[in-house]
Amino acid sequence: MLITELKSKDAIRSLTDGKKVFIINCYGCREVYFPLEEAGELQAELASSGSVTGCITTDYICNPENLELYLKPHMDEITAADLVLVFSCGVGVQTVSSFLEEKMVCAGCDTRRLPGFQGVTPLEYDCGQCGECYLNLTGGICPITACSKSLVNGQCGGAKKGMCEVDPTMECGWERIYRRLEKIGRLDALKCPTQLRNYATGEAAGK
Amino acid sequence: MKITELFEQGKFVVTAEVGPPKGCHIEPVLEEAKTYLSGISAVNVTDNQSSVMRLGSLAVCKALKDEGLTPIFQLTCRDRNRIALQSDILSAAMFGIENMLLLTGDHTTLGDHPQAKPVFDLDSVSLIHAVSQLEQGVDLGGNKLVGEPPKFAKGAVVSPCSDSVDAQLAKMERKVRAGADYFQTQAVYEPEKFIKFMEKASQFGKPVQLGIVIPKSVGMMRYMNANVAGIHVPEEMFDELKADKEKTKAGITGVEITARIIRECRPYCQGVHIMAMGWESKIPGLLELAGI
Repeated sequence: MLITELKSKDAIRSLTDGKKVFIINCYGCREVYFPLEEAGELQAELASSGSVTGCITTDYICNPENLELYLKPHMDEITAADLVLVFSCGVGVQTVSSFLEEKMVCAGCDTRRLPGFQGVTPLEYDCGQCGECYLNLTGGICPITACSKSLVNGQCGGAKKGMCEVDPTMECGWERIYRRLEKIGRLDALKCPTQLRNYATGEAAGK
Repeated sequence: MKITELFEQGKFVVTAEVGPPKGCHIEPVLEEAKTYLSGISAVNVTDNQSSVMRLGSLAVCKALKDEGLTPIFQLTCRDRNRIALQSDILSAAMFGIENMLLLTGDHTTLGDHPQAKPVFDLDSVSLIHAVSQLEQGVDLGGNKLVGEPPKFAKGAVVSPCSDSVDAQLAKMERKVRAGADYFQTQAVYEPEKFIKFMEKASQFGKPVQLGIVIPKSVGMMRYMNANVAGIHVPEEMFDELKADKEKTKAGITGVEITARIIRECRPYCQGVHIMAMGWESKIPGLLELAGI
């Protein structure tokens, strides 16, 4: 967990409206920053509307072995949910999304830049700490770090046999995103409005 | 003249392209364009193609326009942020340039300045969106433009023979929704794949120009097969190029192959975009052979 900010209530409502939700909170690097009160308030609202199938609060979900142990007792609640809403940094959301391959996994937070602290994850999942988490539009695969050009509106057309034009040992991030969205039946996410990066958050705001 | 007007008139629109030189002398390029390309509808001018630093696309567009040709200003997101891109779009309008082709662009590491910062502040979709906004008289910052807003024919690219054609179609749809008026494709050597692609792409109702690179040699085609995204050269084409080396060297085989692909695909598309890569002199003969 790095510095996280809660996404706007409207943004979260647009994800959860009419859906059954399973919630995961990660307090792993809590000493750094987690929007505890705001997240609690929002989750209480969701719970009172009866749409929450279950909720766990734990730490270091970026460690896949821990995550598996944490989630196992809750698999029925997760199966009953339409989406899993994760309140953590981008690495945490990506770890959950790769563990729950068949589920739509969404981020409740944006991760901001914190110079000097890169989290404790031992994984290849990377969070660009861009301040504007795109994981909700991309099936839980980060286009900022999984795409060499950090494109946010789809692939560039430069991939050859599924591999990136910049690093031929790396799979095209957007082809992964497309396959993932296809698998979870959410190709409609690609019909979202044109995305423009906001460089006034994250790195710029952190300086 | 906007090339969209030609599509609206039902014309089969032929375009080719010019690569600006690495230097500031434009005369040979202009001479070649006037000699071989004056009979076609418009000429793309590439924007630091393959991430190799060259004379600017906008300046060459202006020079071509002054010679009576219709330029298509290619603009990529690799080298400029949204401020510079929008500024260049306005500059193009001031020069009376009415056609654009809006692309993401190759990565800097593929070119001759691999140490350069890759910008990609915008991408092809958000760049099309930016032009659409400017046409509404508003910039990406939400600020109003002074005076009559510019108007362009906004072109985009798509790769019909890509390994992930469904993902390409999804991206094409995003480009259409952002305001793309017409499409030029990556080079096609497999007409049957192109025709299948067009069956799906026609739902967007936008004109599509078949992209084609004239095959020059076996080596060139092998290189494209190995390195260029969205291109697959079938084995029979290699046999054809190998059959008569002198004929291939003279460019006759390549022109025959290209003309045949154009003829096969013509009923399914609205034009052709020829990337001659130095063989511009072959274009008039090619068009004649293709029956255009």
